[in-house]
Amino acid sequence: MFHDLFFSKAKGRAPKPCPIALSTRVRLARNLREFPFPGRAQSGQKKAVLSKCMEALEKVKNLKTSTSVELDELSELDKQILVERHLISLELSQSDESGGLVLSDDRSCSVMVNEEDHLRIQVLSNGLNFDKVWKLADSLDSGIESSLDYAFDSQLGFLTACPTNLGTGMRASVMMHLPGLVMSKNMDKVINAVNHLGIAVRGLFGEGSDASGSIFQISNQQTLGESESAILERLQDTLENIVHQEKMAREKLMEDDGLRLVDKICRAIGTLKHSHLIQSSEAMDHLSLIRLAADFEFLPEKFRALADRMFIEVQPGHVQLSAGKPIEPGERDRLRADTLRKEFLRIPQLNLDAQVD
Amino acid sequence: MKCHHCDSQATVHLTQIINGQMHKMDLCESCAQEKGVTSPDNLSIGSLLDDQPKMDASTASMTCESCGTTHQDFKKGGRLGCEACYHVFRPVLEPLLDGMHAGINHLGKVPTRSAGKKTVQDDEDALRKALQKAVEEENYEKAAELRDRLKKLHTQSSPTA
Repeated sequence: MFHDLFFSKAKGRAPKPCPIALSTRVRLARNLREFPFPGRAQSGQKKAVLSKCMEALEKVKNLKTSTSVELDELSELDKQILVERHLISLELSQSDESGGLVLSDDRSCSVMVNEEDHLRIQVLSNGLNFDKVWKLADSLDSGIESSLDYAFDSQLGFLTACPTNLGTGMRASVMMHLPGLVMSKNMDKVINAVNHLGIAVRGLFGEGSDASGSIFQISNQQTLGESESAILERLQDTLENIVHQEKMAREKLMEDDGLRLVDKICRAIGTLKHSHLIQSSEAMDHLSLIRLAADFEFLPEKFRALADRMFIEVQPGHVQLSAGKPIEPGERDRLRADTLRKEFLRIPQLNLDAQVD
Repeated sequence: MKCHHCDSQATVHLTQIINGQMHKMDLCESCAQEKGVTSPDNLSIGSLLDDQPKMDASTASMTCESCGTTHQDFKKGGRLGCEACYHVFRPVLEPLLDGMHAGINHLGKVPTRSAGKKTVQDDEDALRKALQKAVEEENYEKAAELRDRLKKLHTQSSPTA
């Protein structure tokens, strides 16, 4: 049963949640030489690509302990949960046929087949860690390439369905929690500034999603004309700068009107502890303040981890997963509030000693 | 890219600076007219619209024989259909790539299995460029020689063809 995968804990120790930079991801887009890209491929060609890729993926060292599934075998709810966990894209979840997924048991590596491109190789890690994530993605890619012929051009690099991914085919992104910049109304300025550097800012679920919970996905926009390491270096510099700006914004908020910030956090706790109906975006905004309180050491560190877990569990698919069946939005709001009340029942008073006069 | 107001393809991309903040909007032709952004009173926007590159007849009829993608398909969906599309649509693609990326030459990882093919491709591109130049200069003798070398290269790289 595929559901088991979600209930079982990922193997190995749970990663320690980090302030500001939540997680790092590198995604590589690759296509096979002799087949049209998935958007243009006939049903038979897609099937052939799926079986070729799955066969190649079985041989890859980093994927020795992994689960392989064809998307056709999954229920709509399973797919929604995979999207909410960032393990597959919305596009793959909606693909009509021959979509595939290979997911390593520690959930750090996932490979999608027949998404926009034949292969989307993805490596995830907590915190800000491009070095480790790129090395793993690179070796995964080389492992796959040892038994498949990629579509490659000496001038244009790896050929992709969309020219925006051309060249390295690499999209590196970091999920960032930026409540300071949002509350001080500086986020638009940051977005404009980084856009000029060829860096994109999106909401939690990528293109077109909103920025509930003050969580943003920041990634390179350009994939051609620079090496992977040059792209990562530039992105790293920008992200460090954003971390610095976020820290300053938080300090300033606390200095200028600390009482208002503490009031906001306490109201968020009140809502999470006492509401009976809550939508996911409202829940995320309150969870964001819990996370911020943990960063300020107003709350013990375990509440940062709880906020991170709840960011995922308040999503519509996950609420239905814990209910064990698909349910209507109104009923979801009730169940979501039930879960949050239980989880935040024993939240302590804020420890304000060191921070506020 | 979709229109901000309806689902049609956006052809008008508007950037406004309000109170020092940049706002971007993408509109289709009819919504743009409705909003008055094509009004002749507004000279700057009017001149912007005139600068939009127009599709000429030679690129409009481009079709990839390998997968059937047309230039219209590419303009509409922004996606290419196969490896061969990158050769077919190169003339329209290159100016786009220039604005989209940091450069137009790949400087990243090279797949090991393609390493051998890379040289052939490089030669082919160089020969094609030289051929084009020879034709432009009306040096037909050289052009014929280059054409023969290209043919030979093709039979070498695809022995089954």
